[in-house]
Amino acid sequence: MGRPKLAYVHLAACSGCEISFLDNFERLLDIMEMVDVEYMTLIMDAREAPKVDIVFVDGAACLQSREAVETLKKARENSSYLVAWGGCSTTATINNFCRGGQLPQPQHEAFPPISRLVKVDAFVPGSPPAPQMAYNVIKAFVEGDLDYLKYLSSYEVGGYACGCDLWKDIVENSLCIGCGACAMACPTRAITMEMGRPNVIFDRCVKCGACYAQCPRSFLPTAAIEGMMKRLMEE
Amino acid sequence: MAYQGFGRYKEAFTARSSDDYIRSVAQDGGTVTSLICYALESGFIDGAVLTRKSEEEWVPEQYVATTREEALESAKSVYALSPSLYWLKEATREKALTRIGYVGLPCQVEAIRKMQLYPFGARDIVDSLALVIGIFCYENFYPASLKAIVEGLGEEPLSDVVRMRCSSGRFITEGEKGVSVPLRQASRYIQDGDRICPDLVSEWADISVGSVGSEPGWNTVFLRTKTGLDLFRRAVAAGKLEVKEIGEQGLRELEKLALDKKSRARKNIEKRRALGLYVTRDIYY
Repeated sequence: MGRPKLAYVHLAACSGCEISFLDNFERLLDIMEMVDVEYMTLIMDAREAPKVDIVFVDGAACLQSREAVETLKKARENSSYLVAWGGCSTTATINNFCRGGQLPQPQHEAFPPISRLVKVDAFVPGSPPAPQMAYNVIKAFVEGDLDYLKYLSSYEVGGYACGCDLWKDIVENSLCIGCGACAMACPTRAITMEMGRPNVIFDRCVKCGACYAQCPRSFLPTAAIEGMMKRLMEE
Repeated sequence: MAYQGFGRYKEAFTARSSDDYIRSVAQDGGTVTSLICYALESGFIDGAVLTRKSEEEWVPEQYVATTREEALESAKSVYALSPSLYWLKEATREKALTRIGYVGLPCQVEAIRKMQLYPFGARDIVDSLALVIGIFCYENFYPASLKAIVEGLGEEPLSDVVRMRCSSGRFITEGEKGVSVPLRQASRYIQDGDRICPDLVSEWADISVGSVGSEPGWNTVFLRTKTGLDLFRRAVAAGKLEVKEIGEQGLRELEKLALDKKSRARKNIEKRRALGLYVTRDIYY
Protein backbone atom coordinates (compact mmCIF):
# COMPACT_ATOMS: atom_id res chain seq x y z
CA MET A 1 0.00 0.00 0.00
CA GLY A 2 1.31 3.42 -0.94
CA ARG A 3 1.37 6.51 1.19
CA PRO A 4 -1.93 8.25 2.03
CA LYS A 5 -2.70 11.12 -0.32
CA LEU A 6 -3.15 14.72 0.88
CA ALA A 7 -4.85 17.69 -0.76
CA TYR A 8 -4.83 21.29 0.44
CA VAL A 9 -7.86 23.32 -0.61
CA HIS A 10 -7.79 27.08 -0.24
CA LEU A 11 -10.98 29.16 0.08
CA ALA A 12 -11.56 32.67 1.47
CA ALA A 13 -8.59 33.37 3.72
CA CYS A 14 -5.39 35.39 3.79
CA SER A 15 -2.98 32.51 3.10
CA GLY A 16 -1.44 32.85 6.56
CA CYS A 17 -2.49 29.31 7.42
CA GLU A 18 -1.00 28.04 4.19
CA ILE A 19 2.27 29.82 4.97
CA SER A 20 2.15 28.37 8.48
CA PHE A 21 1.76 24.90 6.93
CA LEU A 22 4.86 25.52 4.80
CA ASP A 23 6.72 27.02 7.76
CA ASN A 24 7.35 23.50 8.94
CA PHE A 25 10.55 23.93 6.88
CA GLU A 26 12.62 20.76 7.25
CA ARG A 27 9.66 19.04 8.89
CA LEU A 28 7.98 19.25 5.45
CA LEU A 29 10.36 16.51 4.36
CA ASP A 30 8.98 14.36 7.17
CA ILE A 31 5.44 15.26 6.10
CA MET A 32 6.29 14.19 2.54
CA GLU A 33 7.58 10.90 3.93
CA MET A 34 4.20 10.35 5.59
CA VAL A 35 1.82 11.49 2.81
CA ASP A 36 1.90 12.21 -0.92
CA VAL A 37 0.90 15.83 -1.44
CA GLU A 38 -1.36 15.62 -4.51
CA TYR A 39 -2.84 19.09 -4.61
CA MET A 40 -1.76 22.42 -3.08
CA THR A 41 -1.97 25.39 -5.43
CA LEU A 42 0.72 27.38 -3.65
CA ILE A 43 3.45 24.84 -4.36
CA MET A 44 2.25 22.67 -7.26
CA ASP A 45 0.76 22.91 -10.72
CA ALA A 46 -2.11 20.47 -10.18
CA ARG A 47 -5.37 22.09 -11.36
CA GLU A 48 -7.89 19.55 -10.14
CA ALA A 49 -8.22 18.28 -6.57
CA PRO A 50 -8.16 14.49 -6.93
CA LYS A 51 -9.61 11.87 -4.60
CA VAL A 52 -7.43 11.80 -1.49
CA ASP A 53 -7.31 10.28 1.98
CA ILE A 54 -6.94 13.53 3.90
CA VAL A 55 -7.79 17.08 2.86
CA PHE A 56 -6.86 20.32 4.60
CA VAL A 57 -9.46 23.03 3.98
CA ASP A 58 -8.17 26.52 4.61
CA GLY A 59 -10.62 29.41 4.59
CA ALA A 60 -14.38 29.91 4.50
CA ALA A 61 -16.70 29.21 1.58
CA CYS A 62 -18.60 32.29 0.43
CA LEU A 63 -22.30 31.44 0.14
CA GLN A 64 -22.67 33.86 -2.77
CA SER A 65 -19.98 32.08 -4.76
CA ARG A 66 -21.21 28.87 -6.35
CA GLU A 67 -17.62 27.95 -7.14
CA ALA A 68 -16.52 28.23 -3.49
CA VAL A 69 -19.41 26.15 -2.18
CA GLU A 70 -18.89 23.51 -4.88
CA THR A 71 -15.15 23.37 -4.21
CA LEU A 72 -15.88 22.72 -0.54
CA LYS A 73 -18.53 20.09 -1.29
CA LYS A 74 -16.16 18.39 -3.72
CA ALA A 75 -13.33 18.44 -1.18
CA ARG A 76 -15.64 16.63 1.21
CA GLU A 77 -16.81 14.08 -1.37
CA ASN A 78 -13.29 13.38 -2.56
CA SER A 79 -11.69 12.75 0.81
CA SER A 80 -12.12 10.35 3.67
CA TYR A 81 -10.82 12.75 6.37
CA LEU A 82 -11.47 16.50 6.25
CA VAL A 83 -9.43 18.87 8.41
CA ALA A 84 -10.64 22.43 8.92
CA TRP A 85 -7.18 23.94 8.97
CA GLY A 86 -6.99 27.31 10.70
CA GLY A 87 -9.47 29.84 11.99
CA CYS A 88 -11.20 30.83 8.75
CA SER A 89 -12.49 27.33 8.03
CA THR A 90 -12.90 26.31 11.67
CA THR A 91 -14.71 29.35 13.09
CA ALA A 92 -14.78 31.76 10.10
CA THR A 93 -12.75 34.31 12.17
CA ILE A 94 -12.98 37.81 10.70
CA ASN A 95 -15.16 36.47 7.89
CA ASN A 96 -17.83 36.62 10.60
CA PHE A 97 -17.68 40.39 10.31
CA CYS A 98 -18.23 40.45 6.57
CA ARG A 99 -21.33 42.34 5.44
CA GLY A 100 -20.69 42.52 1.69
CA GLY A 101 -20.68 45.83 -0.15
CA GLN A 102 -17.02 45.72 -1.14
CA LEU A 103 -15.58 45.82 -4.63
CA PRO A 104 -14.88 43.86 -6.74
CA GLN A 105 -17.67 41.54 -5.51
CA PRO A 106 -20.08 43.60 -3.33
CA GLN A 107 -22.60 40.74 -3.31
CA HIS A 108 -20.20 38.45 -1.41
CA GLU A 109 -21.51 38.81 2.11
CA ALA A 110 -21.71 35.49 3.96
CA PHE A 111 -18.74 33.30 4.92
CA PRO A 112 -19.87 30.85 7.60
CA PRO A 113 -17.59 28.25 9.24
CA ILE A 114 -17.36 25.30 6.83
CA SER A 115 -18.94 22.92 9.36
CA ARG A 116 -22.26 24.53 8.48
CA LEU A 117 -21.97 23.14 4.95
CA VAL A 118 -20.01 19.90 5.31
CA LYS A 119 -19.08 17.40 7.99
CA VAL A 120 -15.69 18.20 9.50
CA ASP A 121 -13.53 15.44 10.97
CA ALA A 122 -10.94 17.60 12.71
CA PHE A 123 -10.92 21.28 13.64
CA VAL A 124 -7.64 23.13 14.05
CA PRO A 125 -8.40 26.62 15.36
CA GLY A 126 -5.81 29.39 15.49
CA SER A 127 -5.05 32.28 13.23
CA PRO A 128 -2.86 30.70 12.04
CA PRO A 129 -2.28 27.51 13.99
CA ALA A 130 1.40 26.84 14.69
CA PRO A 131 3.14 24.93 11.86
CA GLN A 132 3.66 21.95 14.13
CA MET A 133 -0.11 21.43 14.38
CA ALA A 134 -0.16 20.44 10.68
CA TYR A 135 2.67 17.99 11.26
CA ASN A 136 0.98 16.60 14.39
CA VAL A 137 -2.42 16.14 12.71
CA ILE A 138 -0.95 14.44 9.65
CA LYS A 139 1.20 12.17 11.83
CA ALA A 140 -1.77 11.25 14.03
CA PHE A 141 -3.90 10.56 10.93
CA VAL A 142 -1.28 8.35 9.31
CA GLU A 143 -0.65 6.44 12.54
CA GLY A 144 -4.33 6.20 13.41
CA ASP A 145 -3.71 7.98 16.71
CA LEU A 146 -7.29 8.54 17.84
CA ASP A 147 -6.11 9.58 21.31
CA TYR A 148 -4.72 12.66 19.61
CA LEU A 149 -7.43 13.32 17.03
CA LYS A 150 -10.51 12.79 19.19
CA TYR A 151 -10.25 16.22 20.83
CA LEU A 152 -10.14 17.95 17.46
CA SER A 153 -13.31 16.27 16.22
CA SER A 154 -15.47 17.93 18.84
CA TYR A 155 -17.70 20.71 17.57
CA GLU A 156 -16.81 22.55 20.80
CA VAL A 157 -13.42 23.30 19.30
CA GLY A 158 -14.88 24.41 15.96
CA GLY A 159 -17.90 26.45 14.98
CA TYR A 160 -18.65 30.02 15.92
CA ALA A 161 -16.02 31.06 18.45
CA CYS A 162 -14.62 34.06 20.24
CA GLY A 163 -13.05 35.15 23.50
CA CYS A 164 -16.52 34.86 25.02
CA ASP A 165 -16.06 31.09 25.07
CA LEU A 166 -13.53 31.57 27.85
CA TRP A 167 -16.28 33.18 29.93
CA LYS A 168 -19.19 31.05 28.84
CA ASP A 169 -17.45 27.68 29.18
CA ILE A 170 -14.42 28.14 31.43
CA VAL A 171 -14.80 31.05 33.86
CA GLU A 172 -18.56 30.65 34.33
CA ASN A 173 -18.11 26.97 35.11
CA SER A 174 -15.42 27.71 37.74
CA LEU A 175 -12.83 25.93 35.65
CA CYS A 176 -10.38 28.81 35.17
CA ILE A 177 -7.18 28.60 37.22
CA GLY A 178 -5.55 31.75 35.86
CA CYS A 179 -2.63 30.08 34.08
CA GLY A 180 -2.36 32.53 31.17
CA ALA A 181 -2.49 29.99 28.32
CA CYS A 182 -5.34 31.81 26.55
CA ALA A 183 -3.52 35.14 26.58
CA MET A 184 -0.43 33.42 25.23
CA ALA A 185 -2.36 31.70 22.44
CA CYS A 186 -4.18 34.80 21.19
CA PRO A 187 -2.69 35.85 17.84
CA THR A 188 -3.88 39.44 18.12
CA ARG A 189 -3.00 39.97 21.79
CA ALA A 190 -6.65 40.62 22.50
CA ILE A 191 -6.40 38.96 25.91
CA THR A 192 -4.86 40.43 29.01
CA MET A 193 -5.00 38.80 32.42
CA GLU A 194 -6.84 40.84 35.04
CA MET A 195 -7.12 39.47 38.60
CA GLY A 196 -5.92 36.14 37.26
CA ARG A 197 -8.74 35.92 34.73
CA PRO A 198 -8.78 36.58 30.98
CA ASN A 199 -9.98 39.97 29.86
CA VAL A 200 -10.88 40.08 26.17
CA ILE A 201 -10.51 43.30 24.23
CA PHE A 202 -13.29 42.59 21.76
CA ASP A 203 -12.18 45.15 19.22
CA ARG A 204 -9.09 43.03 18.70
CA CYS A 205 -10.64 39.55 18.90
CA VAL A 206 -10.83 37.94 15.44
CA LYS A 207 -12.88 34.97 16.69
CA CYS A 208 -10.29 32.36 15.79
CA GLY A 209 -10.96 30.04 18.73
CA ALA A 210 -7.28 29.58 19.69
CA CYS A 211 -7.76 30.77 23.28
CA TYR A 212 -10.47 28.27 24.12
CA ALA A 213 -8.66 25.41 22.40
CA GLN A 214 -5.37 26.24 24.14
CA CYS A 215 -6.97 26.44 27.59
CA PRO A 216 -5.96 23.44 29.71
CA ARG A 217 -9.46 23.42 31.11
CA SER A 218 -11.34 23.04 27.79
CA PHE A 219 -9.93 19.57 27.30
CA LEU A 220 -6.90 17.85 28.78
CA PRO A 221 -5.31 15.24 26.50
CA THR A 222 -4.30 13.04 29.40
CA ALA A 223 -3.51 9.84 27.48
CA ALA A 224 -1.45 11.68 24.87
CA ILE A 225 0.48 13.57 27.56
CA GLU A 226 1.18 10.35 29.45
CA GLY A 227 2.61 8.95 26.21
CA MET A 228 4.77 12.04 25.76
CA MET A 229 6.04 11.80 29.35
CA LYS A 230 7.02 8.19 28.74
CA ARG A 231 9.09 9.29 25.73
CA LEU A 232 10.66 12.17 27.68
CA MET A 233 11.72 9.74 30.40
CA GLU A 234 13.50 7.50 27.91
CA GLU A 235 15.06 10.04 25.54
CA MET B 1 8.63 1.01 47.73
CA ALA B 2 5.66 1.81 45.56
CA TYR B 3 3.79 5.02 46.19
CA GLN B 4 0.59 6.27 44.66
CA GLY B 5 -0.31 9.75 43.47
CA PHE B 6 3.20 10.88 42.49
CA GLY B 7 3.01 10.13 38.75
CA ARG B 8 5.99 8.70 36.90
CA TYR B 9 9.45 9.61 38.17
CA LYS B 10 12.97 8.25 37.93
CA GLU B 11 14.33 9.34 41.30
CA ALA B 12 13.23 11.21 44.43
CA PHE B 13 15.46 13.12 46.82
CA THR B 14 15.57 15.58 49.66
CA ALA B 15 17.65 18.54 48.53
CA ARG B 16 18.58 22.12 49.32
CA SER B 17 20.74 24.87 47.91
CA SER B 18 24.38 24.94 49.01
CA ASP B 19 24.26 28.73 48.78
CA ASP B 20 23.61 30.34 52.19
CA TYR B 21 22.21 33.50 50.65
CA ILE B 22 19.72 31.63 48.47
CA ARG B 23 18.60 29.56 51.44
CA SER B 24 18.03 32.73 53.49
CA VAL B 25 15.68 34.28 50.91
CA ALA B 26 14.01 31.11 49.68
CA GLN B 27 10.72 29.52 50.62
CA ASP B 28 12.22 26.26 51.90
CA GLY B 29 15.53 24.91 50.66
CA GLY B 30 16.01 27.16 47.63
CA THR B 31 16.27 24.18 45.29
CA VAL B 32 14.24 25.76 42.47
CA THR B 33 16.12 29.05 42.68
CA SER B 34 19.47 27.23 42.61
CA LEU B 35 18.43 25.04 39.68
CA ILE B 36 17.31 28.06 37.66
CA CYS B 37 20.50 29.99 38.53
CA TYR B 38 22.65 27.01 37.59
CA ALA B 39 20.71 26.43 34.36
CA LEU B 40 21.24 30.08 33.41
CA GLU B 41 24.92 30.16 34.35
CA SER B 42 25.72 26.92 32.58
CA GLY B 43 23.89 27.96 29.41
CA PHE B 44 21.39 25.13 29.72
CA ILE B 45 18.71 27.84 29.36
CA ASP B 46 19.03 31.39 28.09
CA GLY B 47 16.14 32.74 30.12
CA ALA B 48 13.35 31.73 32.45
CA VAL B 49 9.71 32.72 32.86
CA LEU B 50 9.24 33.28 36.59
CA THR B 51 7.02 34.91 39.19
CA ARG B 52 8.08 37.43 41.81
CA LYS B 53 6.44 39.72 44.32
CA SER B 54 5.31 42.95 42.69
CA GLU B 55 5.25 46.46 44.13
CA GLU B 56 1.80 45.67 45.44
CA GLU B 57 1.80 43.62 48.62
CA TRP B 58 1.78 39.89 47.92
CA VAL B 59 0.48 40.36 44.40
CA PRO B 60 2.49 38.21 42.00
CA GLU B 61 4.22 39.65 38.97
CA GLN B 62 5.43 37.64 36.00
CA TYR B 63 8.69 38.34 34.22
CA VAL B 64 11.48 36.89 32.11
CA ALA B 65 14.81 36.46 33.90
CA THR B 66 18.05 36.20 31.92
CA THR B 67 20.59 36.75 34.71
CA ARG B 68 21.27 35.25 38.11
CA GLU B 69 20.30 38.51 39.83
CA GLU B 70 16.93 38.55 38.07
CA ALA B 71 16.33 34.89 38.88
CA LEU B 72 16.97 35.52 42.58
CA GLU B 73 14.03 37.95 42.64
CA SER B 74 11.71 34.98 42.21
CA ALA B 75 12.83 33.25 45.43
CA LYS B 76 9.98 32.55 47.85
CA SER B 77 6.42 31.53 47.06
CA VAL B 78 3.64 34.01 46.48
CA TYR B 79 0.45 32.10 47.24
CA ALA B 80 -1.62 33.76 44.54
CA LEU B 81 -2.56 33.39 40.87
CA SER B 82 0.23 34.13 38.45
CA PRO B 83 -0.75 33.81 34.76
CA SER B 84 2.87 33.45 33.71
CA LEU B 85 2.26 31.30 30.63
CA TYR B 86 1.64 34.52 28.73
CA TRP B 87 5.25 35.49 29.32
CA LEU B 88 6.43 32.56 27.19
CA LYS B 89 5.24 34.68 24.31
CA GLU B 90 7.30 37.63 25.57
CA ALA B 91 10.33 35.37 26.00
CA THR B 92 10.18 34.06 22.43
CA ARG B 93 8.75 37.01 20.50
CA GLU B 94 10.23 40.00 22.32
CA LYS B 95 13.45 38.61 23.75
CA ALA B 96 14.13 36.02 21.05
CA LEU B 97 15.10 33.37 23.60
CA THR B 98 15.55 29.87 22.23
CA ARG B 99 16.08 27.82 25.40
CA ILE B 100 13.53 28.79 27.98
CA GLY B 101 13.05 27.55 31.51
CA TYR B 102 9.62 27.71 33.11
CA VAL B 103 8.56 27.43 36.73
CA GLY B 104 4.88 26.99 37.46
CA LEU B 105 2.12 25.14 39.25
CA PRO B 106 0.75 21.70 38.30
CA CYS B 107 -2.08 23.26 36.27
CA GLN B 108 0.41 25.38 34.36
CA VAL B 109 2.58 22.35 33.69
CA GLU B 110 -0.57 20.67 32.31
CA ALA B 111 -1.10 23.68 30.05
CA ILE B 112 2.52 23.52 28.87
CA ARG B 113 2.31 19.82 28.00
CA LYS B 114 -0.99 20.34 26.23
CA MET B 115 0.60 23.20 24.33
CA GLN B 116 3.53 21.03 23.28
CA LEU B 117 1.10 18.52 21.78
CA TYR B 118 -1.47 21.02 20.50
CA PRO B 119 0.29 24.32 19.75
CA PHE B 120 -2.83 26.06 18.40
CA GLY B 121 -1.48 29.49 19.20
CA ALA B 122 2.01 28.71 20.43
CA ARG B 123 4.19 29.08 17.38
CA ASP B 124 7.96 29.03 18.17
CA ILE B 125 7.29 28.35 21.84
CA VAL B 126 7.17 24.57 21.62
CA ASP B 127 10.66 24.22 20.20
CA SER B 128 12.08 26.81 22.59
CA LEU B 129 11.04 25.20 25.86
CA ALA B 130 14.07 23.60 27.45
CA LEU B 131 13.08 23.03 31.07
CA VAL B 132 9.83 22.77 32.99
CA ILE B 133 10.00 22.88 36.78
CA GLY B 134 6.72 22.25 38.58
CA ILE B 135 6.10 23.11 42.19
CA PHE B 136 3.75 21.28 44.53
CA CYS B 137 0.36 22.90 44.98
CA TYR B 138 -2.72 21.92 46.92
CA GLU B 139 -4.68 25.09 46.24
CA ASN B 140 -4.17 28.69 45.21
CA PHE B 141 -5.59 32.05 46.25
CA TYR B 142 -6.64 35.34 44.74
CA PRO B 143 -4.44 38.20 45.99
CA ALA B 144 -7.54 39.50 47.79
CA SER B 145 -7.88 36.11 49.49
CA LEU B 146 -4.49 36.60 51.12
CA LYS B 147 -5.76 39.91 52.47
CA ALA B 148 -8.92 38.26 53.76
CA ILE B 149 -6.96 35.52 55.49
CA VAL B 150 -4.04 37.50 56.91
CA GLU B 151 -5.85 40.74 57.79
CA GLY B 152 -9.36 39.38 58.26
CA LEU B 153 -8.77 36.12 60.07
CA GLY B 154 -5.24 36.73 61.36
CA GLU B 155 -5.62 40.42 62.23
CA GLU B 156 -2.19 41.37 60.97
CA PRO B 157 -1.39 43.85 58.18
CA LEU B 158 -0.20 42.10 55.00
CA SER B 159 2.73 44.51 54.90
CA ASP B 160 4.23 42.85 58.01
CA VAL B 161 4.43 39.45 56.37
CA VAL B 162 7.78 38.23 55.04
CA ARG B 163 6.89 34.63 54.24
CA MET B 164 3.79 32.47 53.89
CA ARG B 165 3.40 28.74 53.96
CA CYS B 166 0.76 26.05 54.16
CA SER B 167 1.89 23.19 56.36
CA SER B 168 0.44 20.66 58.77
CA GLY B 169 -3.07 21.82 58.07
CA ARG B 170 -2.43 25.49 58.83
CA PHE B 171 -1.88 28.67 56.83
CA ILE B 172 1.11 30.27 58.51
CA THR B 173 2.88 33.56 58.00
CA GLU B 174 6.26 34.69 59.27
CA GLY B 175 6.80 38.33 60.07
CA GLU B 176 6.07 40.96 62.68
CA LYS B 177 3.52 38.93 64.59
CA GLY B 178 2.93 35.80 62.59
CA VAL B 179 -0.48 34.46 61.72
CA SER B 180 -1.60 30.88 61.99
CA VAL B 181 -5.01 30.02 60.58
CA PRO B 182 -6.45 26.51 60.17
CA LEU B 183 -6.40 25.63 56.47
CA ARG B 184 -9.98 24.54 56.80
CA GLN B 185 -10.81 28.22 57.37
CA ALA B 186 -8.34 29.60 54.84
CA SER B 187 -9.52 27.16 52.16
CA ARG B 188 -12.81 28.96 51.92
CA TYR B 189 -10.92 31.60 49.97
CA ILE B 190 -9.27 29.42 47.31
CA GLN B 191 -10.28 29.70 43.69
CA ASP B 192 -12.93 27.12 42.92
CA GLY B 193 -11.13 25.72 39.87
CA ASP B 194 -8.55 24.10 42.19
CA ARG B 195 -11.17 21.82 43.66
CA ILE B 196 -11.25 19.65 40.53
CA CYS B 197 -7.45 19.50 40.04
CA PRO B 198 -6.04 16.01 40.63
CA ASP B 199 -2.35 16.96 40.63
CA LEU B 200 -0.45 17.84 43.80
CA VAL B 201 3.13 17.19 42.70
CA SER B 202 3.29 18.46 39.10
CA GLU B 203 3.22 14.95 37.68
CA TRP B 204 4.16 16.13 34.17
CA ALA B 205 7.11 18.41 34.93
CA ASP B 206 10.77 17.65 34.17
CA ILE B 207 11.53 18.26 37.82
CA SER B 208 8.97 18.67 40.63
CA VAL B 209 9.87 20.49 43.83
CA GLY B 210 7.98 21.09 47.06
CA SER B 211 8.32 21.11 50.80
CA VAL B 212 6.00 18.37 52.04
CA GLY B 213 7.92 15.18 52.71
CA SER B 214 11.16 16.82 53.77
CA GLU B 215 12.26 18.46 57.01
CA PRO B 216 12.09 22.26 57.35
CA GLY B 217 14.69 24.02 55.22
CA TRP B 218 14.79 21.19 52.69
CA ASN B 219 12.88 20.34 49.51
CA THR B 220 11.29 17.16 48.23
CA VAL B 221 12.38 16.64 44.62
CA PHE B 222 11.06 14.30 41.93
CA LEU B 223 13.23 13.85 38.85
CA ARG B 224 10.92 12.74 36.07
CA THR B 225 12.31 13.21 32.57
CA LYS B 226 15.78 12.60 31.24
CA THR B 227 16.24 16.36 30.85
CA GLY B 228 15.36 16.91 34.50
CA LEU B 229 17.58 14.12 35.74
CA ASP B 230 20.58 15.31 33.71
CA LEU B 231 20.29 18.92 34.83
CA PHE B 232 19.86 17.96 38.47
CA ARG B 233 22.90 15.67 38.40
CA ARG B 234 25.01 18.38 36.83
CA ALA B 235 23.86 20.90 39.44
CA VAL B 236 24.82 18.49 42.22
CA ALA B 237 28.19 17.73 40.59
CA ALA B 238 28.83 21.48 40.34
CA GLY B 239 28.26 21.79 44.08
CA LYS B 240 25.10 23.87 43.76
CA LEU B 241 22.85 21.49 45.66
CA GLU B 242 23.10 19.28 48.72
CA VAL B 243 21.22 16.00 48.41
CA LYS B 244 20.06 13.38 50.90
CA GLU B 245 18.09 10.17 50.68
CA ILE B 246 14.42 10.86 51.19
CA GLY B 247 12.81 9.10 54.12
CA GLU B 248 9.82 6.82 53.77
CA GLN B 249 7.88 8.65 56.46
CA GLY B 250 8.01 11.92 54.54
CA LEU B 251 6.95 10.27 51.30
CA ARG B 252 4.04 8.55 53.04
CA GLU B 253 2.89 11.92 54.35
CA LEU B 254 3.14 13.37 50.84
CA GLU B 255 1.34 10.35 49.40
CA LYS B 256 -1.56 10.91 51.74
CA LEU B 257 -1.83 14.54 50.66
CA ALA B 258 -1.56 13.63 46.96
CA LEU B 259 -4.32 11.04 47.28
CA ASP B 260 -6.41 13.50 49.29
CA LYS B 261 -6.19 15.96 46.43
CA LYS B 262 -7.18 13.28 43.93
CA SER B 263 -10.18 12.19 45.96
CA ARG B 264 -11.24 15.81 46.48
CA ALA B 265 -11.04 16.28 42.71
CA ARG B 266 -13.07 13.17 42.00
CA LYS B 267 -15.74 14.17 44.50
CA ASN B 268 -16.02 17.70 43.13
CA ILE B 269 -16.07 16.57 39.51
CA GLU B 270 -19.02 14.30 40.31
CA LYS B 271 -20.73 17.05 42.25
CA ARG B 272 -20.43 19.46 39.35
CA ARG B 273 -21.63 16.92 36.82
CA ALA B 274 -24.66 16.30 39.01
CA LEU B 275 -25.37 20.03 38.83
CA GLY B 276 -25.23 19.80 35.04
CA LEU B 277 -22.05 21.87 34.78
CA TYR B 278 -19.39 21.27 32.14
CA VAL B 279 -16.21 19.76 33.56
CA THR B 280 -12.96 19.66 31.63
CA ARG B 281 -12.84 16.66 29.33
CA ASP B 282 -10.46 13.95 30.64
CA ILE B 283 -9.15 16.10 33.48
CA TYR B 284 -8.84 13.23 35.92
CA TYR B 285 -5.59 11.28 36.04
